[in-house]
Amino acid sequence: MTVTAAFFYLFATITIASGFMVIASRNPVQSVLFLILAFVNAAGLFLMMGAEFLAMILVIVYVGAVAVLFLFVVMMLDVDFAALRQGFLQYLPIGGLIGVILLLELILVVGTYTIDPGLVRSPAVPIPAADVMTNTEALGQVLYTRYFYFFQAAGLILLVAMIGAIVLTLRERVGVRRQDISKQNARTQETAVEVRKVPFRQGI
Amino acid sequence: MVIGLGHYLTVAAVLFTLGVFGIFINRKNVIVILMSVELILLAVNINMVAFSTHLNDIVGQVFAMLILTVAAAEAAIGLAILVVFFRNRGSIAVEDINRLRG
Repeated sequence: MTVTAAFFYLFATITIASGFMVIASRNPVQSVLFLILAFVNAAGLFLMMGAEFLAMILVIVYVGAVAVLFLFVVMMLDVDFAALRQGFLQYLPIGGLIGVILLLELILVVGTYTIDPGLVRSPAVPIPAADVMTNTEALGQVLYTRYFYFFQAAGLILLVAMIGAIVLTLRERVGVRRQDISKQNARTQETAVEVRKVPFRQGI
Repeated sequence: MVIGLGHYLTVAAVLFTLGVFGIFINRKNVIVILMSVELILLAVNINMVAFSTHLNDIVGQVFAMLILTVAAAEAAIGLAILVVFFRNRGSIAVEDINRLRG
Protein backbone atom coordinates (compact mmCIF):
# COMPACT_ATOMS: atom_id res chain seq x y z
CA MET A 1 0.00 0.00 0.00
CA THR A 2 1.44 3.31 -1.00
CA VAL A 3 1.75 6.32 1.24
CA THR A 4 -0.98 8.10 -0.73
CA ALA A 5 -3.46 5.32 -0.14
CA ALA A 6 -2.51 5.15 3.53
CA PHE A 7 -3.12 8.86 3.98
CA PHE A 8 -6.37 8.69 2.04
CA TYR A 9 -7.69 5.92 4.28
CA LEU A 10 -6.50 7.76 7.39
CA PHE A 11 -8.27 11.00 6.44
CA ALA A 12 -11.37 9.26 5.11
CA THR A 13 -11.79 7.04 8.17
CA ILE A 14 -11.38 9.88 10.64
CA THR A 15 -13.71 12.13 8.62
CA ILE A 16 -16.47 9.54 8.55
CA ALA A 17 -15.98 8.45 12.16
CA SER A 18 -16.11 12.01 13.45
CA GLY A 19 -19.07 12.71 11.18
CA PHE A 20 -20.83 9.84 12.89
CA MET A 21 -19.86 11.14 16.32
CA VAL A 22 -21.30 14.58 15.40
CA ILE A 23 -24.76 13.11 15.08
CA ALA A 24 -24.44 10.42 17.77
CA SER A 25 -22.75 12.35 20.56
CA ARG A 26 -24.78 13.06 23.68
CA ASN A 27 -23.20 16.39 24.41
CA PRO A 28 -23.51 19.14 21.74
CA VAL A 29 -20.12 20.55 22.75
CA GLN A 30 -18.59 17.21 21.85
CA SER A 31 -20.57 17.29 18.59
CA VAL A 32 -18.99 20.63 17.68
CA LEU A 33 -15.51 19.36 18.52
CA PHE A 34 -16.05 16.31 16.33
CA LEU A 35 -17.34 18.62 13.58
CA ILE A 36 -14.02 20.48 13.79
CA LEU A 37 -12.16 17.15 13.51
CA ALA A 38 -14.25 16.21 10.46
CA PHE A 39 -13.49 19.55 8.79
CA VAL A 40 -9.75 19.29 9.43
CA ASN A 41 -9.62 15.79 7.97
CA ALA A 42 -11.75 16.85 5.00
CA ALA A 43 -9.15 19.58 4.46
CA GLY A 44 -6.58 16.78 4.35
CA LEU A 45 -8.64 15.06 1.65
CA PHE A 46 -8.79 18.36 -0.28
CA LEU A 47 -5.00 18.63 -0.06
CA MET A 48 -4.66 15.13 -1.48
CA MET A 49 -6.88 16.12 -4.41
CA GLY A 50 -4.67 19.11 -5.16
CA ALA A 51 -7.07 21.82 -3.98
CA GLU A 52 -4.67 23.50 -1.58
CA PHE A 53 -6.45 26.84 -1.44
CA LEU A 54 -9.80 25.26 -0.62
CA ALA A 55 -8.17 23.11 2.06
CA MET A 56 -6.74 26.18 3.77
CA ILE A 57 -10.05 28.06 3.37
CA LEU A 58 -11.82 25.11 4.94
CA VAL A 59 -9.53 25.21 7.97
CA ILE A 60 -9.69 29.00 8.31
CA VAL A 61 -13.35 29.62 7.58
CA TYR A 62 -14.93 26.48 8.96
CA VAL A 63 -12.74 25.59 11.89
CA GLY A 64 -11.81 29.17 12.70
CA ALA A 65 -15.18 30.83 12.24
CA VAL A 66 -18.19 28.59 11.72
CA ALA A 67 -17.32 25.86 14.23
CA VAL A 68 -16.32 28.43 16.85
CA LEU A 69 -19.63 30.22 16.21
CA PHE A 70 -21.40 26.92 16.86
CA LEU A 71 -19.36 26.47 20.03
CA PHE A 72 -20.31 29.97 21.21
CA VAL A 73 -24.00 29.36 20.65
CA VAL A 74 -23.97 25.91 22.26
CA MET A 75 -22.25 27.25 25.35
CA MET A 76 -24.32 30.45 25.46
CA LEU A 77 -27.73 28.77 25.40
CA ASP A 78 -28.73 27.33 28.74
CA VAL A 79 -30.58 24.31 27.41
CA ASP A 80 -31.20 20.96 29.00
CA PHE A 81 -29.73 18.86 26.22
CA ALA A 82 -30.64 15.60 27.92
CA ALA A 83 -34.33 16.41 27.45
CA LEU A 84 -33.71 17.04 23.77
CA ARG A 85 -32.38 13.50 23.44
CA GLN A 86 -35.82 12.09 24.25
CA GLY A 87 -37.25 10.29 21.26
CA PHE A 88 -33.80 9.41 20.00
CA LEU A 89 -34.75 5.76 19.67
CA GLN A 90 -38.21 6.62 18.38
CA TYR A 91 -36.85 8.04 15.14
CA LEU A 92 -33.97 5.56 14.85
CA PRO A 93 -35.80 2.92 12.73
CA ILE A 94 -37.27 5.30 10.17
CA GLY A 95 -34.11 7.39 10.08
CA GLY A 96 -31.97 4.29 9.73
CA LEU A 97 -34.18 2.96 6.94
CA ILE A 98 -33.99 6.19 4.97
CA GLY A 99 -30.26 6.46 5.61
CA VAL A 100 -29.60 2.91 4.40
CA ILE A 101 -31.73 3.43 1.28
CA LEU A 102 -29.98 6.70 0.49
CA LEU A 103 -26.56 5.16 1.04
CA LEU A 104 -27.35 2.16 -1.16
CA GLU A 105 -28.57 4.41 -3.96
CA LEU A 106 -25.51 6.63 -3.71
CA ILE A 107 -23.19 3.60 -3.70
CA LEU A 108 -25.03 2.27 -6.76
CA VAL A 109 -24.49 5.58 -8.53
CA VAL A 110 -20.84 5.77 -7.52
CA GLY A 111 -20.23 2.17 -8.51
CA THR A 112 -21.81 2.23 -11.95
CA TYR A 113 -21.26 5.70 -13.40
CA THR A 114 -19.20 6.33 -16.50
CA ILE A 115 -17.93 9.73 -17.49
CA ASP A 116 -18.29 10.91 -21.06
CA PRO A 117 -14.71 10.82 -22.42
CA GLY A 118 -15.37 14.04 -24.32
CA LEU A 119 -15.86 15.76 -20.98
CA VAL A 120 -12.41 14.72 -19.81
CA ARG A 121 -10.83 15.92 -23.05
CA SER A 122 -12.45 19.36 -23.07
CA PRO A 123 -12.46 21.02 -19.64
CA ALA A 124 -13.87 24.53 -19.43
CA VAL A 125 -10.79 25.86 -17.66
CA PRO A 126 -7.99 23.29 -17.39
CA ILE A 127 -5.99 23.12 -14.17
CA PRO A 128 -2.46 24.31 -14.93
CA ALA A 129 0.45 22.09 -13.96
CA ALA A 130 1.78 22.61 -10.47
CA ASP A 131 5.15 23.90 -11.68
CA VAL A 132 3.52 26.52 -13.93
CA MET A 133 1.11 28.10 -11.48
CA THR A 134 0.02 27.50 -7.91
CA ASN A 135 -3.51 26.38 -7.16
CA THR A 136 -4.33 29.72 -5.53
CA GLU A 137 -3.13 31.69 -8.53
CA ALA A 138 -5.03 29.50 -10.97
CA LEU A 139 -8.20 29.83 -8.91
CA GLY A 140 -7.82 33.60 -8.74
CA GLN A 141 -7.29 33.93 -12.47
CA VAL A 142 -10.62 32.21 -13.08
CA LEU A 143 -12.57 33.67 -10.17
CA TYR A 144 -11.79 37.32 -10.85
CA THR A 145 -12.37 37.15 -14.60
CA ARG A 146 -14.72 34.49 -15.82
CA TYR A 147 -16.75 34.07 -12.63
CA PHE A 148 -16.57 37.67 -11.49
CA TYR A 149 -20.33 38.05 -11.13
CA PHE A 150 -20.52 34.89 -9.03
CA PHE A 151 -17.77 36.31 -6.85
CA GLN A 152 -19.71 39.54 -6.40
CA ALA A 153 -22.88 37.60 -5.63
CA ALA A 154 -21.00 35.62 -2.97
CA GLY A 155 -19.87 38.88 -1.39
CA LEU A 156 -23.43 40.16 -1.46
CA ILE A 157 -24.66 36.96 0.23
CA LEU A 158 -22.11 37.42 3.00
CA LEU A 159 -23.12 41.07 3.42
CA VAL A 160 -26.79 40.11 3.68
CA ALA A 161 -25.92 37.36 6.17
CA MET A 162 -23.91 39.79 8.27
CA ILE A 163 -26.62 42.45 8.31
CA GLY A 164 -29.28 39.81 8.94
CA ALA A 165 -27.43 38.30 11.88
CA ILE A 166 -26.85 41.73 13.43
CA VAL A 167 -30.45 42.86 12.91
CA LEU A 168 -31.80 39.61 14.33
CA THR A 169 -29.74 39.53 17.47
CA LEU A 170 -29.45 43.24 18.27
CA ARG A 171 -31.47 44.01 21.37
CA GLU A 172 -32.35 47.44 22.75
CA ARG A 173 -32.05 46.97 26.47
CA VAL A 174 -34.33 49.15 28.57
CA GLY A 175 -33.00 50.74 31.72
CA VAL A 176 -29.40 50.96 30.53
CA ARG A 177 -27.89 54.42 31.06
CA ARG A 178 -25.70 55.28 28.10
CA GLN A 179 -23.50 58.30 27.67
CA ASP A 180 -25.00 60.84 25.25
CA ILE A 181 -22.30 63.36 24.49
CA SER A 182 -24.41 65.80 22.48
CA LYS A 183 -26.94 65.87 25.28
CA GLN A 184 -24.16 66.52 27.79
CA ASN A 185 -22.72 69.32 25.69
CA ALA A 186 -26.14 70.91 25.23
CA ARG A 187 -26.64 71.30 28.95
CA THR A 188 -26.52 74.86 30.20
CA GLN A 189 -26.27 76.23 33.66
CA GLU A 190 -30.00 77.06 33.65
CA THR A 191 -31.08 73.46 32.99
CA ALA A 192 -28.54 71.92 35.33
CA VAL A 193 -28.46 74.05 38.45
CA GLU A 194 -31.29 75.79 40.25
CA VAL A 195 -30.52 78.49 42.76
CA ARG A 196 -33.00 78.84 45.57
CA LYS A 197 -33.28 81.10 48.47
CA VAL A 198 -33.47 78.95 51.58
CA PRO A 199 -35.26 80.46 54.55
CA PHE A 200 -33.34 80.35 57.78
CA ARG A 201 -33.97 77.21 59.91
CA GLN A 202 -36.69 75.87 57.61
CA GLY A 203 -34.99 73.99 54.80
CA ILE A 204 -36.48 73.60 51.39
CA MET B 1 -3.62 0.58 -5.25
CA VAL B 2 -4.57 3.87 -6.88
CA ILE B 3 -6.89 6.22 -5.08
CA GLY B 4 -9.30 7.44 -7.75
CA LEU B 5 -12.50 9.34 -8.13
CA GLY B 6 -14.62 6.47 -6.81
CA HIS B 7 -12.91 6.51 -3.43
CA TYR B 8 -13.60 10.19 -2.87
CA LEU B 9 -17.17 9.85 -4.09
CA THR B 10 -17.72 7.01 -1.63
CA VAL B 11 -16.45 9.11 1.26
CA ALA B 12 -18.72 11.96 0.18
CA ALA B 13 -21.70 9.60 -0.14
CA VAL B 14 -21.17 8.20 3.36
CA LEU B 15 -20.78 11.69 4.80
CA PHE B 16 -23.93 12.88 3.01
CA THR B 17 -25.88 9.91 4.37
CA LEU B 18 -24.61 10.61 7.87
CA GLY B 19 -25.85 14.18 7.55
CA VAL B 20 -29.33 13.12 6.43
CA PHE B 21 -29.41 10.43 9.13
CA GLY B 22 -28.43 13.01 11.73
CA ILE B 23 -31.36 15.23 10.77
CA PHE B 24 -33.71 12.30 11.31
CA ILE B 25 -32.43 10.99 14.63
CA ASN B 26 -31.82 14.39 16.25
CA ARG B 27 -35.23 15.75 15.40
CA LYS B 28 -35.51 17.78 18.60
CA ASN B 29 -32.17 19.54 18.69
CA VAL B 30 -31.87 22.40 16.21
CA ILE B 31 -28.15 22.86 16.81
CA VAL B 32 -27.32 19.29 15.82
CA ILE B 33 -29.60 19.64 12.77
CA LEU B 34 -27.60 22.70 11.70
CA MET B 35 -24.40 20.72 12.18
CA SER B 36 -25.85 17.91 10.05
CA VAL B 37 -26.54 20.43 7.29
CA GLU B 38 -22.89 21.50 7.52
CA LEU B 39 -21.87 17.84 7.10
CA ILE B 40 -24.07 17.54 4.00
CA LEU B 41 -22.53 20.66 2.48
CA LEU B 42 -19.06 19.31 3.25
CA ALA B 43 -19.93 16.11 1.39
CA VAL B 44 -21.09 18.16 -1.59
CA ASN B 45 -17.83 20.08 -1.51
CA ILE B 46 -15.80 16.87 -1.51
CA ASN B 47 -17.78 15.76 -4.59
CA MET B 48 -17.13 19.09 -6.34
CA VAL B 49 -13.38 19.01 -5.71
CA ALA B 50 -13.12 15.30 -6.62
CA PHE B 51 -14.76 15.89 -10.00
CA SER B 52 -12.68 19.03 -10.50
CA THR B 53 -9.50 17.00 -10.03
CA HIS B 54 -10.70 14.08 -12.11
CA LEU B 55 -11.85 16.18 -15.06
CA ASN B 56 -8.82 18.49 -14.79
CA ASP B 57 -11.17 21.47 -14.65
CA ILE B 58 -10.73 24.20 -12.05
CA VAL B 59 -14.34 25.43 -12.33
CA GLY B 60 -15.37 22.78 -9.79
CA GLN B 61 -13.12 24.37 -7.21
CA VAL B 62 -14.58 27.81 -7.93
CA PHE B 63 -18.04 26.47 -7.26
CA ALA B 64 -16.85 24.62 -4.16
CA MET B 65 -15.70 27.99 -2.85
CA LEU B 66 -19.11 29.53 -3.57
CA ILE B 67 -20.76 26.64 -1.72
CA LEU B 68 -18.47 27.33 1.22
CA THR B 69 -19.58 30.97 1.22
CA VAL B 70 -23.24 30.04 1.21
CA ALA B 71 -22.67 27.47 3.97
CA ALA B 72 -20.97 30.06 6.17
CA ALA B 73 -23.80 32.56 5.61
CA GLU B 74 -26.37 29.87 6.33
CA ALA B 75 -24.68 28.92 9.60
CA ALA B 76 -24.51 32.54 10.72
CA ILE B 77 -28.16 33.27 9.93
CA GLY B 78 -29.34 29.94 11.36
CA LEU B 79 -27.54 30.46 14.63
CA ALA B 80 -28.78 34.06 14.86
CA ILE B 81 -32.37 32.86 14.42
CA LEU B 82 -31.70 30.18 17.04
CA VAL B 83 -30.42 32.73 19.56
CA VAL B 84 -33.43 35.01 18.99
CA PHE B 85 -35.78 32.06 19.31
CA PHE B 86 -34.17 30.93 22.54
CA ARG B 87 -34.46 34.47 23.90
CA ASN B 88 -38.19 34.53 23.17
CA ARG B 89 -39.19 31.01 24.15
CA GLY B 90 -36.45 29.71 26.44
CA SER B 91 -36.21 26.50 24.47
CA ILE B 92 -34.73 25.26 21.21
CA ALA B 93 -36.80 22.10 20.82
CA VAL B 94 -38.12 21.74 17.29
CA GLU B 95 -41.67 20.98 18.43
CA ASP B 96 -41.84 24.35 20.20
CA ILE B 97 -41.20 26.13 16.90
CA ASN B 98 -44.84 26.38 15.90
CA ARG B 99 -45.75 30.01 16.49
CA LEU B 100 -46.63 30.63 12.87
CA ARG B 101 -49.40 28.07 13.25
CA GLY B 102 -51.26 30.62 15.34
